Amino acid sequence: MAIRSFLILFILFFFSSLNPILSLYEDQVGLVDWHQQYLGKVKQAVFHTHKTGRKRVVVSTEENVVASLDLRQGEIFWRHVLGSNDVIDGIDIALGKCHYPFIRRKYFESMESSRWADGVGIFSSGSKALKIITNLKIEKDNIVIIFSNGRLNAVSCIDGEVLWEKDFEGESLKVQQVIQPPGSNLIYVVGFVSSSLFEMYQINALNGELLKHESAAFSGGFLGEVSPVFSETVVALDSTGLILLTISFQNGKISFHQTPISNLVKDSFGPAKIITSSVTGIFAIKMNAVTIVIRVKDESKLEVVEKTNHETSISDALSISEGQQAFALVQHASHEIHLRVKLAHNWDDNLLKESVKMDQHRGLVHKVYINNYIRTDKSYGFRALIVMEDHSLLLLQQGEIVWSREDGLASIIDVTTSELPVERDGVSVAKVEHNLFEWLKGHMLKLKGTLMLASPQDVAAIQSMRLKNSEKSKMTRDHNGFRKLLIVLTRAGKLFALHTGDGHIVWSYLLQSLQKSKVCQHPIGLNLYKWQVPHHHAMDENPSVLVIGKCGPSSDAPGALSFVDTYTGKELSSLSLVHSVAQVIPLPYTDSTEQCLHLLIDADKHAHLYPKTPEAISTFEREFSNIYWYSVEDDNGIIKGHALRGKCTGEVADEVCFDTRELWSIVFPSESEKIIAIVTRKLNEVVHTQAKVIADQEVMYKYISRNLLFVATVALKGSVEIGSVTPEESWLVAYLIDTVTGRILHRVTHHGSQGPVHAVFSENWVVYHYFNLKAHRYEMSVIEIYDQSRADNKDVWKLVLGKHNLTSPISLYSRPDVITKSQSYFFTHSVKAIAVTSTTKGITSKQLLIGTIGDQVLALDKRFLDPRRTVNPTQAEKEEGIIPLTDSLPIIPQSYVTHALRVEGLRGIITVPAKLESTTLVFAHGVDLFFTQLAPSRTYDSLTDDFNYALLLITIVALLAAIFVTWTLSERKELQENWR
Amino acid sequence: MEKGKGVMGAGRRWAVDFSDNSTAPSSRDIPDPPGFTRASVDQDDSAVSRQKKDAEANWKSQKAWEVAQAPFKNLLMMGFMMWMAGSTVHLFSIGITFSALWQPISALQGVGKVFEPYKDNKVDLLGPKLLFIALNLGGLALGLNTLGLLPTHASDWVSSLSPAQEVEYSGGGIPL
Repeated sequence: MAIRSFLILFILFFFSSLNPILSLYEDQVGLVDWHQQYLGKVKQAVFHTHKTGRKRVVVSTEENVVASLDLRQGEIFWRHVLGSNDVIDGIDIALGKCHYPFIRRKYFESMESSRWADGVGIFSSGSKALKIITNLKIEKDNIVIIFSNGRLNAVSCIDGEVLWEKDFEGESLKVQQVIQPPGSNLIYVVGFVSSSLFEMYQINALNGELLKHESAAFSGGFLGEVSPVFSETVVALDSTGLILLTISFQNGKISFHQTPISNLVKDSFGPAKIITSSVTGIFAIKMNAVTIVIRVKDESKLEVVEKTNHETSISDALSISEGQQAFALVQHASHEIHLRVKLAHNWDDNLLKESVKMDQHRGLVHKVYINNYIRTDKSYGFRALIVMEDHSLLLLQQGEIVWSREDGLASIIDVTTSELPVERDGVSVAKVEHNLFEWLKGHMLKLKGTLMLASPQDVAAIQSMRLKNSEKSKMTRDHNGFRKLLIVLTRAGKLFALHTGDGHIVWSYLLQSLQKSKVCQHPIGLNLYKWQVPHHHAMDENPSVLVIGKCGPSSDAPGALSFVDTYTGKELSSLSLVHSVAQVIPLPYTDSTEQCLHLLIDADKHAHLYPKTPEAISTFEREFSNIYWYSVEDDNGIIKGHALRGKCTGEVADEVCFDTRELWSIVFPSESEKIIAIVTRKLNEVVHTQAKVIADQEVMYKYISRNLLFVATVALKGSVEIGSVTPEESWLVAYLIDTVTGRILHRVTHHGSQGPVHAVFSENWVVYHYFNLKAHRYEMSVIEIYDQSRADNKDVWKLVLGKHNLTSPISLYSRPDVITKSQSYFFTHSVKAIAVTSTTKGITSKQLLIGTIGDQVLALDKRFLDPRRTVNPTQAEKEEGIIPLTDSLPIIPQSYVTHALRVEGLRGIITVPAKLESTTLVFAHGVDLFFTQLAPSRTYDSLTDDFNYALLLITIVALLAAIFVTWTLSERKELQENWR
Repeated sequence: MEKGKGVMGAGRRWAVDFSDNSTAPSSRDIPDPPGFTRASVDQDDSAVSRQKKDAEANWKSQKAWEVAQAPFKNLLMMGFMMWMAGSTVHLFSIGITFSALWQPISALQGVGKVFEPYKDNKVDLLGPKLLFIALNLGGLALGLNTLGLLPTHASDWVSSLSPAQEVEYSGGGIPL
């Protein structure tokens, strides 16, 4: 405090001219920040046809993105990111009039609000059986027929008007296929009623008139999907999965024809699954790992054309000329993929056969889409767009990968960081040392820029020099700790290491433990933890991360662990666990090789310690009685606290398995409170001091505990969407709970408020965001918690002599005496995520990073969310930095850290401290990725990158010269005086 | 110059060296002038000069103490002025604060110079010097105190105390 008033006196003059806002100049964009755009796993791809003359492909993805990609480079031409509720089921390009300019660049999400986009209609619905039929004409209008949600609609291309609709929902029909025979105005809708009745509807596409309706029962029942083979024939499987059914409905007569699979292939491999394809006369079945391609010769004759053990993908049919259909077949053989393009009616000949070397870390081919082009010699060429297991997208043409996109990065599950190697001989990867001349040249340019002598070319050269600074993408640790590796785990089960300097991918690794296998059918990646963080004595070891996954979504599915070296990107080892993983508790202890101890809690509430070394066990047993864990059952509204009891008994007996016992539980009344948010402090957060000095040199002691849990509950009625409840029947309760003892330290009710709640917990405060129904506005509240039992430590002499117990270890079982201060403020935006900046020593003031609904990240000074703000702060309070109270939090446009960019589909914001105390690294991820450096209190501890050393040097030299000259002059003058 | 040289050089007949304190007659052959007895002069002179010297020393030490106490008045005045100036950031108060800082510092720098006139091998200057330094340090402390640089509050001692460690450790959350 004393220091501060001193500073006030001196620095006020400097600060009076400075604005507290942190903002960028235009030429600083891209210096420390980078932004990458992704799409997500491609669900469907449609190529623009020749007629449009554009070399583009339109894709829809699992991240609800529709985008048009340039076929030459794979760049995004346009992109629309829909909300998480607008799931895209299908896209197609409507020809003809749908391409008129007035309907370009818009899209429509549902039939009710029909909008059109660049000839691409987007229909979102919950239904899987979606089909879009284009190329129909009524007079001059093209119509598009869409099947979704059990309803068939015909939509006009001109204005998106619904021409007719037919509902199948009421007829309990499970529609399997909607088939339109080419060149006719008929539509067949086929499906099953219950499990054994096959139904067929024939509809006039022009007016929706029902022409025929036939049904036939099949005693064997049906299994799974049907695949259309001809315009009036489909193939299905019977309920056992052993017999293939050819169902034809020619002329309205339904006939079944059974072919046991054992007739086609000698050895049986168990129940089959149909892989649907739109290729005429050809379909494929899959039995375990064997794929069989079957050709339908005529109505009933089936013939096996290929049987392979390789993973096979079949593309949809592509009509290349009148009556000719081509399709692609991709097979995966260890290091290569084989692409074959064939004509539908001619299996034996290949139009194209290529082998492409494929990186193993991309996994298997999931989907393939083909497109043809006309070569200069008028023959057909084909290009194939393939979607890989790791969600990446590649374009193959002429046996080569033309471009690839790492779209798996659009679905990041978890992020952690790793240090880069220390610079040693032979370690440095990038070369940065340039000669003195270049250094001088660069600085002369900068000098020119500073002195405003630079020409526009020079300015451009300076800017490109700053942006291309090879220093920032170097592969070694830097003094300031700006260069790190961001290790990200994607939904596809792939690990990426991104360099914080420019965002390039250093390595990527498709985790074998998170791939489909016989033991693990539906692996899910869960979390990433730092496993080994070498420093001090274990400096020579490489750091590694722990990836935790589990098989299947159920809570008792067995877990899988993987340990990956973050320097090399190689898997060190992997473990398939026998127990499930319900909780992962990183313990604050390490063994002698700096491996972090982790406690994994399974569904049966047994605790398992990793690593399983004797040393780890002995460390753990020393702290045994001080380790607790809690579980939050948000469905039942119960929070339970547990302690460890002893070694496991029973059949799971193991050295590293421990039994637990329940200590306490907090049960929320289920009819009035539902848990919607829990937040704890970040484990690695560093707090500089326990004291907060307030006006007049008073001290308040912060209640800083790692074991505090913030829980927000809402009334059951308030847990629905905003606007559906009245303020009287909705409330929000915030709790601060000690997770060791189960003590509720604070409870506050916000009447007339409801979720969703986003919160962030740091030091001794929590900030949460919710909706205030009474005020019809979003609100942010802050709770600060202080330790009153320490407040008596005021005797200066005791403190000087160190005779106090402020730093001695405390037990949470000692009776706490806390007071809280809280305040609420209105906030304009709804929020997607909140984070807080973190620095190495925790001295720098904090900023809240708010991910707004507009997918931007806003930095808001924590001072605005100070509960001690008053309308008229006293002089002393002003000196402390308390801002006069306002009812709403200001949104200063310059404080958007994402400046002009958007992080589409923003899901999370991660902050990592740099080594430099003033600076924190911020990584925001969603469909896009964004990274930047922030200095919440400005970079008070370093010179900026563009500091002109040359200018400083020149100034010093000039000053020295001036001193020398004036000294000689004065000497001479004195001599002359003396002679006079 | 030429003249003087001649006198000083060869033409000197006799000389009395007053600084010669030896009781024996002058080393030269020439006897002492009549009425000049070396011993009595010494006797007489020592009594008078000692008295004189004592008085001078007394006076010097008195003066030294006075000088040493001078900053006290300064201190009072400074305190009064600071009180008048108040604690607001103002051109006047900044000036006062700076002078309050500068005066003791410059005075401390010139401790030797201040006490030079009173330098005497019979006067003990250590006491006054220490008092002078202490008073000036007091003045400096007053100045620093107005700036708030003296750690006199509890907040100055606890502001960098790291948080106390907790014995227990707990983790968990919503099951994965």
